[in-house]
Amino acid sequence: MDALKFLDPTIQFVLFSAVKILIAFGVVMTFVAYAVLVERKVSAWIQDRVGPNRATPFFARYIPILGPALVRLGLFQPMADGLKFLLKEDFTPAHARAIYFWLAPAISVIPALMTIAVIPFGSTLGNPDNPMVIADLNVGILYTFGIVSLGVYGIVLAGYASNSKFPFLGGIRSSAQMISYEIAMGMSVISVFMVVGDLNLSRVVAYQETSVFQWMIWKQPVAFVVFLIAAFAETNRLPFDLPESESELVGGYHTEYSSMKFALFFLGEYAAMIGASAMMVTLFLGGWALPWGGGPATGILGGLAHILCFIVKMGALLLLFIWTRWMLPRFRYDQLMTLGWNRFIPIALANILATALVLAFTTR
Amino acid sequence: MPVLTDLLFYAFAGLALLFGLLCVANPFSRNPITSAMFLVLTIVSLAGLFILLHAFFLAAVQVLVYAGAVMVLFLFVIMLLDLRQSEERQIRILTIGTGALAVAAIAGILIRAVIAAKPLASSPGLAGETKALGRLLFTQYLLPFEVMSLLLLVGMVGVILLSKKETE
Repeated sequence: MDALKFLDPTIQFVLFSAVKILIAFGVVMTFVAYAVLVERKVSAWIQDRVGPNRATPFFARYIPILGPALVRLGLFQPMADGLKFLLKEDFTPAHARAIYFWLAPAISVIPALMTIAVIPFGSTLGNPDNPMVIADLNVGILYTFGIVSLGVYGIVLAGYASNSKFPFLGGIRSSAQMISYEIAMGMSVISVFMVVGDLNLSRVVAYQETSVFQWMIWKQPVAFVVFLIAAFAETNRLPFDLPESESELVGGYHTEYSSMKFALFFLGEYAAMIGASAMMVTLFLGGWALPWGGGPATGILGGLAHILCFIVKMGALLLLFIWTRWMLPRFRYDQLMTLGWNRFIPIALANILATALVLAFTTR
Repeated sequence: MPVLTDLLFYAFAGLALLFGLLCVANPFSRNPITSAMFLVLTIVSLAGLFILLHAFFLAAVQVLVYAGAVMVLFLFVIMLLDLRQSEERQIRILTIGTGALAVAAIAGILIRAVIAAKPLASSPGLAGETKALGRLLFTQYLLPFEVMSLLLLVGMVGVILLSKKETE
């Protein structure tokens, strides 16, 4: 670390940022792979099945006791899944619009990954000038919403490019659904920022870090519930997975996709889920703050504890996403729209008004 | 690093012009979806220009509102309407006239703004920019702000009126 101090500050900044980006990317990708495994295992347990327990790489059988146990837990399943996706035939239907057909999977993954950039996933690793956030933007939340709103293009274009009925219906549905719930989502966080008084996500965490009772979830429970449910709709998860509802639309927008292109949609969905969970942890659950507070870390160990704390909270929310999927049936499309426009948007607006009134009477 | 900023400015400005041209006069495709997607790219390039001016709020809102919401609705409408018949639509003189008038008006405003602007030695300090912007909107520019929201409300009422089925 000392050798780095002689470098130009700009180069230092670039280096640190590059390292943070690489590590965050790696962690998110690992999480995506294992979220799929958790999804399969949890669904299996809920439905009283065993779940994936066969994938055995050659080295696993040489590990005594632990090896078979890991195999039974399906720990190697993501590797097998990944290989399978890469090696399967990549088929492009003749009637598809080729350029958009190729672009759509990429467009659905990139925004999901870019949202991670503004999330403060830890305090510091000893050096207070180097906070554990890739881009400490002053308009952090607006950046996230802007990028998330671009994610819908992936789905809409996939539906359009496939040039067949079911994907097209899926694409149309998703564009209406995501725009509707984006409004509810955006409205719900306004009250959070009114309380904090800043759009910077690091400040939001700083506001909450003193103790568990400072977490926004206690001060803005309505906002949290609206945001959580809107996040389900934004990430196309059950009970709101209308764009790909299998029983009506075969596979929805990704019906015509195969191999790695299909895997990219899959990956995008889980990355979006991780992004939404990370966002909720930052906004409502104190971010990296430990439950008993303590402020920014002074050493490497404390910093790692904060990062671990963030990951644990995020994992808990991911589990909630997965759990819900296997417990609730799918909404009907008109119910989804009524819920979004006639319930959540008025609730969020009323919440803003109530927050403003409380703030006007209590501050000063 | 002024050199890098200049380079980025030319890059984003060039891209915005290029994508804008491809949006309205694409020689390779008359597909309305392609035009809409190039418009999205134009908007994103403009957001890049805003960032170079340190107007992060404007950049984020530009992407959020225009690229993320308005253009998605554009796509939605284009996909729902069957636009194949209108591909070979004739361009009427009235269309050209109103278009030229609008371009001239906007160009006039822009040229006036460029002449009136005083070049700054350094980028203006816009710390706490969102707060400052909000304050300006609710004090100095309150009337235009309210008029604009009224205009949006009128548009909304119009849409509801048009889309409502006749019950009588």
